[in-house]
Amino acid sequence: MNQAVVFQDDASRLTERPKLVISQRRKTVRKVQDHLARCLIHVGGITVILAVTLIFAYLIYEVVPLFKKPTLTLVQTFALQNKAINEQSQVPFSLLTDERTQVAVIMGRQGRVQFWQLQPSPLLMSTQDFTAQQVAADPDKDRRFAFYAAGKLSIIEIEFKNHYDSGAVLQVKPQINKPYGEAVLAFADAKTQLQSLTFRDTATDVWAVGRVDAHELIVQSWKKQTSPFGGQVSLRADKQFTLLPSLASTQNILLSGDARWLYVISQTQGMEVFDLKSNPVQLYAKVEFGSGRITASQFLLGGFSLILGNDQGQIQQWMPVRDDSNHYRFSKVREFSLGHQAITEVRPEYRRKGFMAADLTGSVGYFNTTAEVELFKQPLHAGPIELLALTPRGDQLWLLDGEKVRGYKIDNEHPEVSWKSLWSKIWYEGYDHAQYLWQSSASSNDFEPKFSLMPLAFGTLKASFYTMLLAMPLALCGAIFTAYFMAPALRTKVKPAIELMAALPTVILGFLAGLWLAPLVEQQLPGIVLMLVATPIIILLSAYLYTRLPAGWRHHIPDGWQPLLLMPSIIGAVVMSMSLSDPMQVLFFDGDMRKWLTQSLGIGFDQRNSLVVAFAMGFATIPVIFSIAEDAIFAVPKHLSYGSLALGATSWQTLVRVVLPTASPGIFSAVMIGFGRAVGETMIVLMATGNTPIMDMNIFEGFRTLAANIAVEMPETEVNSSHFRVLFLAALVLLSFTFVVNTTAELVRQRLREKYGSL
Amino acid sequence: MVPSKPNVHKQTVAPLPLSQLQGVASPLSPIKLAPFTQWIKNGTPWIWFNAGAVAICLLMVLGLLGLIAVKGAAHFWPKAIISLVYEVPGKDSQSLLGEVQAKETISRKRLEESGVNVDDHPQEFFQRWQLKVGNRDVTGLDFIWVVDEFTQQKQYPENAVLIERREWGNFYGFIEQIIQDGKPLEMAESEFFKQLQPLLVRANQLQKKIHKIEVGQMGAINYQLEQLRLKSKRLQLEHRQTPQALAEIAQQQQQLEKQYLLLHDQLALLAAQAERDQVKVKTVSGNSKTLSLAKVVAIYQPNTFSLWQKIHFYAAKLVELVSEQPREANTEGGIFPAIFGTVVMVLLMSILVTPFGVITAVYLHEYAKQGLITRIVRISVNNLAGVPSIVYGVFGLGFFVYFLGGSIDQLFYPEASPAPVFGTPGLLWASLTLALLTVPVVIVSTEEGLSRIPKSLREGSLALGATQFETLCRVVLPMASSAMMTGLILAIARAAGEVAPLMLVGVVKLAPSLPVDFNAPFIHLDRKLMHLGFHIYDVGFQSPNVEAARPLVYATAFLLVSIIAVLNLSAVILRNRLREKYKNLEN
Repeated sequence: MNQAVVFQDDASRLTERPKLVISQRRKTVRKVQDHLARCLIHVGGITVILAVTLIFAYLIYEVVPLFKKPTLTLVQTFALQNKAINEQSQVPFSLLTDERTQVAVIMGRQGRVQFWQLQPSPLLMSTQDFTAQQVAADPDKDRRFAFYAAGKLSIIEIEFKNHYDSGAVLQVKPQINKPYGEAVLAFADAKTQLQSLTFRDTATDVWAVGRVDAHELIVQSWKKQTSPFGGQVSLRADKQFTLLPSLASTQNILLSGDARWLYVISQTQGMEVFDLKSNPVQLYAKVEFGSGRITASQFLLGGFSLILGNDQGQIQQWMPVRDDSNHYRFSKVREFSLGHQAITEVRPEYRRKGFMAADLTGSVGYFNTTAEVELFKQPLHAGPIELLALTPRGDQLWLLDGEKVRGYKIDNEHPEVSWKSLWSKIWYEGYDHAQYLWQSSASSNDFEPKFSLMPLAFGTLKASFYTMLLAMPLALCGAIFTAYFMAPALRTKVKPAIELMAALPTVILGFLAGLWLAPLVEQQLPGIVLMLVATPIIILLSAYLYTRLPAGWRHHIPDGWQPLLLMPSIIGAVVMSMSLSDPMQVLFFDGDMRKWLTQSLGIGFDQRNSLVVAFAMGFATIPVIFSIAEDAIFAVPKHLSYGSLALGATSWQTLVRVVLPTASPGIFSAVMIGFGRAVGETMIVLMATGNTPIMDMNIFEGFRTLAANIAVEMPETEVNSSHFRVLFLAALVLLSFTFVVNTTAELVRQRLREKYGSL
Repeated sequence: MVPSKPNVHKQTVAPLPLSQLQGVASPLSPIKLAPFTQWIKNGTPWIWFNAGAVAICLLMVLGLLGLIAVKGAAHFWPKAIISLVYEVPGKDSQSLLGEVQAKETISRKRLEESGVNVDDHPQEFFQRWQLKVGNRDVTGLDFIWVVDEFTQQKQYPENAVLIERREWGNFYGFIEQIIQDGKPLEMAESEFFKQLQPLLVRANQLQKKIHKIEVGQMGAINYQLEQLRLKSKRLQLEHRQTPQALAEIAQQQQQLEKQYLLLHDQLALLAAQAERDQVKVKTVSGNSKTLSLAKVVAIYQPNTFSLWQKIHFYAAKLVELVSEQPREANTEGGIFPAIFGTVVMVLLMSILVTPFGVITAVYLHEYAKQGLITRIVRISVNNLAGVPSIVYGVFGLGFFVYFLGGSIDQLFYPEASPAPVFGTPGLLWASLTLALLTVPVVIVSTEEGLSRIPKSLREGSLALGATQFETLCRVVLPMASSAMMTGLILAIARAAGEVAPLMLVGVVKLAPSLPVDFNAPFIHLDRKLMHLGFHIYDVGFQSPNVEAARPLVYATAFLLVSIIAVLNLSAVILRNRLREKYKNLEN
């Protein structure tokens, strides 16, 4: 009808204007118009490909920096001038810079402090001398120093004051503060000469350990007291004792970040560990390091792991590991290698679990312990390097090699992420073995981020597995019946009804699953389990009873309406199961099946678990699989099944031997697409599971999927941080996975369509 | 005119003879009773199994829709206020007043585990009621579970009132006194409720005025002040700070500030007026409390409701749901901003998605040679449809918000820096992300419509000398319009229910202002918005008082599901009509 109108329209237009002559100009315009439209539409069509490519390209663009190797470029060199740190009496002790690398501080072992302006050009700003026989820096607050001279300790802090001058240019002014006032702390008797000093400034105490000789240590702590007026913190002497280690040739003494473990490291004889929290303080453990002479040692960020370098160029990470009986042992976690020369200096990063090391020949290596990677290894000097410094932001490396101070820019945004840290087991600090863990953030600054995608990938697959276990049989069986056996009148109603399921917002499915179904399953667990078993049995039973019905009755019911007949039985099965739930609970499970599971069988139970998710995700995946599979089965040319039926096969035989094999590629693609849908589903798993990233196949426990993880963490992460990019990587993994699945499915379907075309 | 197409042929004719044949082909004639083994052997049980699967799927759909409908629609029906004395053995008895929210059966063991002494009662199962007792500011709890066995003196006092408050949720109790200007009004106790109504109307009108000034007029002034600030900063950045321009801005600023002060005074006056009336109430346990009517939304005596009043109450609540602002961190009040945000976003998305989707469908069906490229395009379309929605969210956040939005900010809004304008999630990016997400729906649906238009029509048009473009615009597209419409409706349904990507690209829990208002340029593409689906997620899972908010979530879910079901059904009907139309055309 419509087309008739169109024709009439055109025709009448022509007859009304019989003398219409199309001018050349008009012809050209039409031609150009047509051409332009053609171009536009072609471009529009191709845009779809571009869109997919763009998504891929953008995600890759965000992910690539994660795997970029760091680079090092020299930015500045200057020579130390007169009154220099490196003169005979002032062996260089420490080199550090401010946050923005505007000012460098170089400290000598005898208490000389030099401030150097770095920007715009190197310039000695000032020199200040303290009298010190020994000096020590807190490894984590390395702007705090303790000087020892004639039995007394004094503690200073270097502060960098930022202000903008009139031209809005940043000026950094360093100053020396005394955080605990002017008073000096009595530490030893005035004549004592210390071999070395160790200093730790924790939240509540200040600790100092002085080595008088190889077998005598003086340990003292002070409690911090804040005065009620003005907030000035003062120190009050707390504990004081002497320790007598038995090792010879001490290399270093280190005190852990929580001031519990005192490590006395010997060059060749391993180390002794004292537990300062025990009373009286005593030797806790003695540890052997194996071959090699220890030449450098330092803590990683947080003061938990020890980094030890030996004379063979190897660097080892050691840390306390707690076993089940609450006893600590000290284990070597991993090992890196810089070269074959003795390690002279180890310098941890300020905000990440990484460190730099230098050896005798001037090679510098940069390592990350979490990712277990060597980020770079490069000779930076022909001779030994005396001091290494990493800027607080980790974007520059400064070193002192006798005469010269040199600064390098490091382009190194994401050292903690490597292929290994994403997909392999990692032995994290504070854990007793290597494992897969996802824990992206915490409140403390010295937190070791755990970016293993394995628990998330596992959770994703677990969710899809249980979902498919439930959805696949239902959807495929339903599709078979609807396409092959169902009465056409019923089919036109059933298909849209089931497809309506796909349109239900997943947020509603998730909400119902989390707040309605999950508590129900928890309370009526026996009923739910019984329902899963009873429903198929009752279906069969009803079917058999149907054959027992008087033939006259059955003749009134046309073929292909079985689903409606079965509905009452199924409702009955569900009602029966649920009403039997409470009695069963009391009879078999001691009144509470959930508790019984946990206590008698040792099976954990979460309220929001995989079973609940499988039910809810069924709603999302069944219609997808059903719809595609039904189309595929329905599209099998009818003459194939007629032929089979004509040859005497039953309709079931025809279905199994002829129709299903022909439609199998379509069914395969239906399952693939359903699987893809289950993998990428976000809201349901977000709301219906506890989102705990555990790796456990237990159907009664939760999980965390890649998609839900993105939804939870993406809004809170810092743009362009490692975490941000790892989340992009998770998205890329999801995208690639569904891309493979969908492309395969579509290719299979395209071939199937060609095949049907030829039949 | 044209020989009928094979697929149409298949649909109308094929299934009938098949179902007839079934009986004939089966060796198991239904007339005789078959032995059990043979029944198994010829596959009939499997057929029934398959039928069972269909039945289960159907029941799942119907059951879910029914559940949402019952739970969602029942929320607003007024419940009676029950008063009872609850005495658990071994504990002090307490008087309770509230609405019965839920009932359940609980086993003896669980009850024991929850610390209730049930030794005097032999039965294995107990009835447990969940009472909504409100009075969160007094008792700290909104809900209490009571075991039916231990309740006494159950009654429904006529004078019990339910007070809906702007803060602290519902109050259940009794009216003691009405206070005006600090002095109690003298009246009989039975008059309290009646006398309160006009006072409440007055208080609510004042509240409305206050809200209008606060949000409407003061909001507009603040918006204009912000624009002036940006303008002056822009002049500074472009070095065009003439004294004249600055003076002009300063003058405008002064004027606005003057207006603002005026409004401020007006507001203080209104607030003082609103505080005039107070009502003294007491809880069932005897604690008195004085509530300002300014903090009260409504007062009911549900135990005196007639059926007609109940219906009236129900209707009023429904209107409140769709037209009012949310209160108490979204757990009470209406969901108007969420509905509004969803509609605006979806409309914007439609404008973006339709041309793109239709052009691609036209390309695939009318212009392209079927070959490698079209195959790749089809694979791409399928992939766009199959990409997890959260990936679109991630892409939208990275590419649209940070990349495009950041660039736009740098180029056009340097004055706003460091605050982002488009470089932060907002309406435009949410719509754009959704458009990308729903484009396959439009493509597939439009292409299906195009494929149903007989070829002869195009050939006729071309034969009359029309160019391909003219044929497309005058013949093909008008005929495919209902298919395009179907696609668009489905896209809208999909977009209205999508949440995961929106969480990343612009939907928030509580947007301070609507994305469309009376401040030029009226549509604020950079604003954040609220969304029905996200509202469900947020209120149901992230609100501080999930239990109290649950009924509202059910109501919202019901609304959303109804909208989506209606959209989908209309798409199905539209599509079927289209099919019928072209079937006629072909014969």
